[in-house]
Amino acid sequence: MKQKTLFLGAAVLMLLVFAVATMSYRTETTQQSAQVVDRNRDRLVRMHSPALGNAQARVVIVEFLDPACETCRAFYPLVKDMMAANPEDIRLVLRYAPFHQGSEAVVAVLEAARKQGKFWPALDAVLASQAEWAPHHVAQVELVWPHLDGLGLDLEQLRADMSSPEIARIIEQDLADAQALNVRATPEFFVNGQPLPHFGYDPLKQLVDRALKDTDARQ
Amino acid sequence: MPTTEDDLATPRDATTGWTPTFTAWLIASASTLGALFFGEVMQLPTCTLCWYQRIFMFPLALILPVGLFPFDRKVVRYALPLAVGGWLVAVFHQLLVAGVIPEDIRPCTQGVPCSQTVIEWFGVLTIPLLSVVAFSLIIVLLILTHLRSSK
Repeated sequence: MKQKTLFLGAAVLMLLVFAVATMSYRTETTQQSAQVVDRNRDRLVRMHSPALGNAQARVVIVEFLDPACETCRAFYPLVKDMMAANPEDIRLVLRYAPFHQGSEAVVAVLEAARKQGKFWPALDAVLASQAEWAPHHVAQVELVWPHLDGLGLDLEQLRADMSSPEIARIIEQDLADAQALNVRATPEFFVNGQPLPHFGYDPLKQLVDRALKDTDARQ
Repeated sequence: MPTTEDDLATPRDATTGWTPTFTAWLIASASTLGALFFGEVMQLPTCTLCWYQRIFMFPLALILPVGLFPFDRKVVRYALPLAVGGWLVAVFHQLLVAGVIPEDIRPCTQGVPCSQTVIEWFGVLTIPLLSVVAFSLIIVLLILTHLRSSK
């Protein structure tokens, strides 16, 4: 009997220590990541970053996106819906975090499409067809081409632009900023400079709603 | 720990073996939870060799209690192979970190290199070292269980 009590007591105690350590670790890292972002505020948005929506919008969502990332694809329409529900009030700024193998080339495709004024349609097409050009989580840029048909892109020009040093610099800068802002997974969102307390659609929605309300009160 | 001296229902030879097995379980469980904390909470990357050590450590946390209730003096038979297997991997890992084993036979070059030191406490305690210590203690305790209960 005594042995069982000792065993159960030890088991409960260890689990309790684990739970408390987990909670305190999470709280601490959330505070730390907010501080990291605060210190690197100028790294959130760059002159070169593609942006959608009202330039004077009250709420700016910065999204670090990897075109080969499935969760990014899943979140993209959700963010668009949020913007549609609050026209004029939300601006989306995209940053690249091509963490998947081969994903940088796809970012280069997007940037080259941007030179032809077709960034957002190209992004829509690339995300919609993601499963076909990124089998087994490896992005294969040569599989992307058929999905760009019908966008009216000059593909020859696009291929030439892809290898421009300017595009390579943009990707390099975005990756450096992602590292400085502690972005380790995609998508990562910052709402008016604030990171999500933890990842998920609801935390994002709450942060956006609160930002909308806060700025409402100030006006 | 004088835990079971008054537990008259159990024969003496069995009860003296209980405490070392219980202590071994404490170490295995603490190690399991610790590994889960590093991996799942702190999100530290788990290298290949660490996975092999987990494969040996996690089952110990579950199988040792099977030998505790009711106390089974044969617990050594099914727990020791896991402990020894884990110990071998842990020692290999530690030698790798210490640089005793040369670069070219390192088994994990992709992903996280096993030779990379992720955590260092008090200047000496690294995760692979903790693993060697844990497996060694479990082995010693299991041998102690065997010696005490086979008398």
